[in-house]
Amino acid sequence: MAHITLPENLPGIRGPMAFRPETAAPLNQLAEVLLRGESTLTRGERELIGTYVSSLNDCFFCQNAHGGLAQHYLQCDMAFIDQVKRDYTVTPISDKLKALLAIAGSVQRGGKFVTAAQVEEARQQGATDREIHDTVLIAAAFCMFNRYVDGLGTWAPQDRQFYVERAPRRAEEGYAHYDPRT
Amino acid sequence: MAHIAVPAGVPGIRSLALFRPETAKPLYALAQVLLRDPSPLSPAERELIATHVSSRNDCAFCANSHGAAARELFGEGRAVVDCVLDGTGPAELSAKLKALLVIAGQVQLSGRAVTTEAVAAARAAGAVDREIHDTVLIAATFCMFNRYVDGLDTLTPTDPQAYAEMGRRLSALGYAPPKPA
Repeated sequence: MAHITLPENLPGIRGPMAFRPETAAPLNQLAEVLLRGESTLTRGERELIGTYVSSLNDCFFCQNAHGGLAQHYLQCDMAFIDQVKRDYTVTPISDKLKALLAIAGSVQRGGKFVTAAQVEEARQQGATDREIHDTVLIAAAFCMFNRYVDGLGTWAPQDRQFYVERAPRRAEEGYAHYDPRT
Repeated sequence: MAHIAVPAGVPGIRSLALFRPETAKPLYALAQVLLRDPSPLSPAERELIATHVSSRNDCAFCANSHGAAARELFGEGRAVVDCVLDGTGPAELSAKLKALLVIAGQVQLSGRAVTTEAVAAARAAGAVDREIHDTVLIAATFCMFNRYVDGLDTLTPTDPQAYAEMGRRLSALGYAPPKPA
């Protein structure tokens, strides 16, 4: 049971967002710009960064909701997403994305864990300042979303197929005008 | 020097807002809603929660700037800010705010670290759902801001006067993204 009385039957972040629409609006605008807005990182790559950080934070709802979106965009499956979470260094993703995931992993532990060497490595692999910036902010934003979802003790469907099936519609709707009640 | 090419001489999150105004807009809007707009918690109390979390995350820029804002907003009761920062837990804080600071501290560790006991204690001290919600989201939001500011290694002023000035501005004007020079 959630720590506060939330609108019923809304899993994960949808309960708190329906409870407090005034904070949901900028949260969704942030997600829209970061994860879907114009960028040289693909939507799949950005959702994968969010998924990886959510997995490190052990947030079931976020790692599956965003993992579902990542596998939808990347046209892979949840088994591949799980491999990335387990050890992305042995997966066939680009070296640039590997370097960005290393930075995201450091951000998850704390801002000061990001090293100049990690940033240099990302740059060596072709990452731009804007990509490094967005990676840090995506990782930081998921450290917020994960704490919001779990800190209020929300519930999440345990069948991971739920998230896979929901992904195409979520990808189409986007975040900007997201209605948590639907 | 910051990890990326942000405008020189601009401290903390303001340098990042100038680097990427598109993300600054919702970030500042979120801060304004959470820390200034109507809430059963006063702006001073909410800034104190932000300061506590930033201090625990060892983010000097956020802890000092929001600490300064909290001092301005508490006015004569400003001594509570230092008591919270040095962990002595001031007697003059309400039982409710103390209980909410415990929840914020748990959120700083992890969302999953929040206990039903801590929530029950806040409720017993008079906290309503909206206050518990806002405390969790403020704490979570500062776990983002702190990582954003330090993860890109932005400029952190060491002069206390710089923060006193920021505190006055934040208490008087609230949160709006900086305009390009």
